[in-house]
Amino acid sequence: MTSNLLFDFTVDKTTNTVFVNREFAADLSLVWDAFTKQEILDQWWAPKPWKSRTKFMDFKVGGRRFYAMTSPEGQEHWSIQEFTSISPTTNFKFLSAFTDNDENINDELPSSKWDLNFSERNETTSVSIIIKLKTSADLEKYIQMGFKEGFTMTLNGLEKLLKNLK
Amino acid sequence: MRRDIFQAIADPTRRAIIALIALQAMTPNAIAENFNTTRQAISKHLRILTECDIVKQEYQGREIYYSLEIEKMKEIDKWLNQFRKIWETRFNQLDKVISTIKKQEK
Repeated sequence: MTSNLLFDFTVDKTTNTVFVNREFAADLSLVWDAFTKQEILDQWWAPKPWKSRTKFMDFKVGGRRFYAMTSPEGQEHWSIQEFTSISPTTNFKFLSAFTDNDENINDELPSSKWDLNFSERNETTSVSIIIKLKTSADLEKYIQMGFKEGFTMTLNGLEKLLKNLK
Repeated sequence: MRRDIFQAIADPTRRAIIALIALQAMTPNAIAENFNTTRQAISKHLRILTECDIVKQEYQGREIYYSLEIEKMKEIDKWLNQFRKIWETRFNQLDKVISTIKKQEK
């Protein structure tokens, strides 16, 4: 599926921050729901063939979402998100950390601060996501974690990727 | 001491050194001439870059030449590209979910 909607992704290594911007051909309330309701989130949050499985999600300030990314081989990466601020339907923030399957935070893996902004113009909704890591080492580790998931996902696309690097 | 690659590029002087030696191998003195800082400060940056495995040293006579490990730099790109790809896939999936919901609402 190709789309001409804006997508940009940048990493600022000096501030250990990842910026992701994307437009969606839908109104604000629908996109907001897609990011804040577990039954919709689980349909798209994990890059295929990984699956997202939310065990619980209490979308209110101080509430938490506990979920796993599972691979076809049965590998599970559990994470917890704690909502720190919610301004329906324009912004919400959360702290994200990796955990074991029993909600215990793994201090060896980096935690991150997320700030998500939503706005609508001409029936197009823009989402801008800011992910802040504490240190450059955390940023590297965080991207490496993503690399693991991305690797199973893009094994077939690897050739194309390597071409892009040249 | 083990250091990570992102530490290498976290500092503006180190990024400038990387840009310089990407073009040609250089001695510490030649590198230092490009900066308004002490030779010691440059040596420290070079030591960190070496510990990050992002530069290699080669001896030519009594001089040490520093050059860039291109493969190591590519590693950074590779990670970032993979990460970008995850978001791309994720959002393409969301496009599909959104269009399904829109059809159901009609």
